[in-house]
Amino acid sequence: MAEGLRLEEVVICQGGAPLVSLDAAVRPGEVLSVMGPSGVGKSTILSLITGSLAPVFHFEGRVLLDGEEITAKPAEARRIGILFQDDLLFPHLSVAQNLAFGLAPGGSRAARRARIEEGLCEIGLEGFGPRDPATLSGGQKARVALMRMLLSDPRALLLDEAFSGLDQGLRAQMRRLVFEHARARALPVLMVTHDPEDAEAAGGRVVDLGSGGSGG
Amino acid sequence: MSRRTISGAGPFAAAPVLTVLVMLGPVAAGLAGTLLPAFGYLPAAGLDAVSLDPFRDLADWPGLWPAMRLSVTTGLAATLLALGGVALLFAGWSGTRAFRALERLLSPLLSVPHAAMAFGLAFLIAPSGWIARALSPWATGWERPPDLLIVQDPWGIALTMGLVAKEMPFLLLMALAALGQTDARRRLRVAQAAGYGRVAGWLKAVFPGIYAQIRLPVYVVLAYSMSVVDVALILGPSTPPPLSVQVVRWMSDPDLSMRLVASAAALLQLALVLGALALWRLGEALVARLGLAWIERGARARLADRVLRPLGVVSGGFSAAVILAGLAGLAVWSLAGFWSFPEPLPRGFTAQNWMRHGPGAWEATGLTALVALASVGLALALVVGCLEAEYRRGRALSQAGLWLIYLPLLVPQIAFLPGLQTLLLVLGFGAGPGPVILGHLVFVLPYVFLSLGDPWRAWDGRAGTVARALGAGPLRVLLRVRLPMLIRPLLTAAAVGVAVSVGQYLPTLLVGGGRVPTLTTEAVALASGGDRRAIGVYGVAQTLAVMVPFAAALMLPALIYRNRRGLHG
Repeated sequence: MAEGLRLEEVVICQGGAPLVSLDAAVRPGEVLSVMGPSGVGKSTILSLITGSLAPVFHFEGRVLLDGEEITAKPAEARRIGILFQDDLLFPHLSVAQNLAFGLAPGGSRAARRARIEEGLCEIGLEGFGPRDPATLSGGQKARVALMRMLLSDPRALLLDEAFSGLDQGLRAQMRRLVFEHARARALPVLMVTHDPEDAEAAGGRVVDLGSGGSGG
Repeated sequence: MSRRTISGAGPFAAAPVLTVLVMLGPVAAGLAGTLLPAFGYLPAAGLDAVSLDPFRDLADWPGLWPAMRLSVTTGLAATLLALGGVALLFAGWSGTRAFRALERLLSPLLSVPHAAMAFGLAFLIAPSGWIARALSPWATGWERPPDLLIVQDPWGIALTMGLVAKEMPFLLLMALAALGQTDARRRLRVAQAAGYGRVAGWLKAVFPGIYAQIRLPVYVVLAYSMSVVDVALILGPSTPPPLSVQVVRWMSDPDLSMRLVASAAALLQLALVLGALALWRLGEALVARLGLAWIERGARARLADRVLRPLGVVSGGFSAAVILAGLAGLAVWSLAGFWSFPEPLPRGFTAQNWMRHGPGAWEATGLTALVALASVGLALALVVGCLEAEYRRGRALSQAGLWLIYLPLLVPQIAFLPGLQTLLLVLGFGAGPGPVILGHLVFVLPYVFLSLGDPWRAWDGRAGTVARALGAGPLRVLLRVRLPMLIRPLLTAAAVGVAVSVGQYLPTLLVGGGRVPTLTTEAVALASGGDRRAIGVYGVAQTLAVMVPFAAALMLPALIYRNRRGLHG
């Protein structure tokens, strides 16, 4: 299977000792949930995939996206979208500027503006472009962060406890929105979470790193 | 399968090397330029017979012993009192409202130039100063200023007081930064729950952790206080002066051979500072041993609070009062018309002093700003480069690296700046703003680094991860995300750098060959003349030159990002 995200015998070591290992494949449109208690190295796997692994870690194995190895590529060339627990909207930019930062380059100014406004509509925030992100509610910020990431036209999606920061009601709504968009764009999704409800809502396979090792 | 990591500092790898070179190169070159003439080798003056004669000449100078004694006693006393005052203030009051108030008051005073503070203090305590006026004639019976040597007293008491007042805000800010990493609040709570008095509990449970982190700043205060020139010119005795002042006198002697004696004295000053640092280190060990014994005895010392807590607030208040009242004195003198003793205020206020001295001060402000902005600009570029390299390598600054940053502040200026001047002379570099900018950079760099380091490292790296995931390269992340998000600490660091540059006396005087008149050199030059109105004008101008950048650093982000609440938390 060439399509999708594939982790081939990935082992991440710290100070020579293996920290976490995973061998898994995620097909386009599929969600793979990686579970386990904190400190087990779930997020470290995601930083390997995004290309932001701290130099104190070493790794073995390969990460492939649509059949192409990406582990040697710089982070910005990988086209791997990621959402964290916090929205991480850039506080010095307006909502529209945040989206423009994400929007893949190219196109006329008018076309880019139209695309951003369209994106705002998709998440139910028409006219929010000039707003200061700090004035948005938690749910609104999360949606802007999602749209910013989608506009960068990623080929895979990583979720790092992406729903843990939201209240109960909002969480279900946000899960639905993220998984819908990922499915519509046929993105492979790798979700790291400690919340069984997240995994249940995703409906895909579950790997438990806490119960001794790798799977997939 | 090969083992791999993701790393590489890219084009920023050169920044740390360049920074060390720019910062320590002049120190090393200057020390060499001091060492050779100290042994009689100064080809520029036709002197190349290597000998110990300069040291013999130095030993023959009758003022040598008093000058050395002054350097050691004022330096040690000022450091002990400033550290003790800050420790008592923290021990008695940290976490209280009074402490917050004093902290807010003292923090901005850190930037007040040493010379302005020294003049302000002189205006307070002089026989015709505000304190004498306030007490005369009803308490003292003085109808005329008494003939007392209060400022420039032969024991260096005024000099020590000035240094204590000025260094307390510095140590306070350094200790505040350390406080966050010491879990001080909970440690104190544990001690108090065990029945310890506030001061004793703090000294036993918190102070050791704080001191370990402010050790280098304390060394800086000691080295600085022992070898300071501008403050000593204003507040210190003159016959004989402290050793460092005498070095400057010899350096400015038209007879070039006097530079040999000056160099020998500069080396002696360096040895004195190193010796005092060693002594201080021994003292640390002794205090640690005594302190441990005190801790083991378990004395709760609750009664001591009654004496020590008021003492803490008095010491903090002393620093704030001296600096603020001094600045007020400068401002009043700059506007004073006729003002006779013992009236507390002038008969009238006038703009005449400003009309007379304003144009000169304005001209000096131009050069001051040029030198400050250039050196701070260079420092910011280098420091951001260093921090970015550190971030990309994922390696924090090592203890050795921290010592390197403090090194230019630990080596007394008077030990290497004369050598640097001689070297520039030998190499045929004309004196001018260029070398002065590089000279200031040596001292601006450490402070900019220390100011920007913590906020830079506290930045949430996930913002960078997100930006990279959105397709932004490392340089774009730096320019478009990290720097704008850190606008506040960047501007604060710049203001700190400007304050350091504006306050520099010796580098401006020596590296500039006396031909780069800044506000500080002009102000200090007025010291011997005693024209209080001129001193007032220059002192106020000097203070404004550091306060305006700080105000701008506060206001600019609010203005640029007025609709971005997330940046104002």
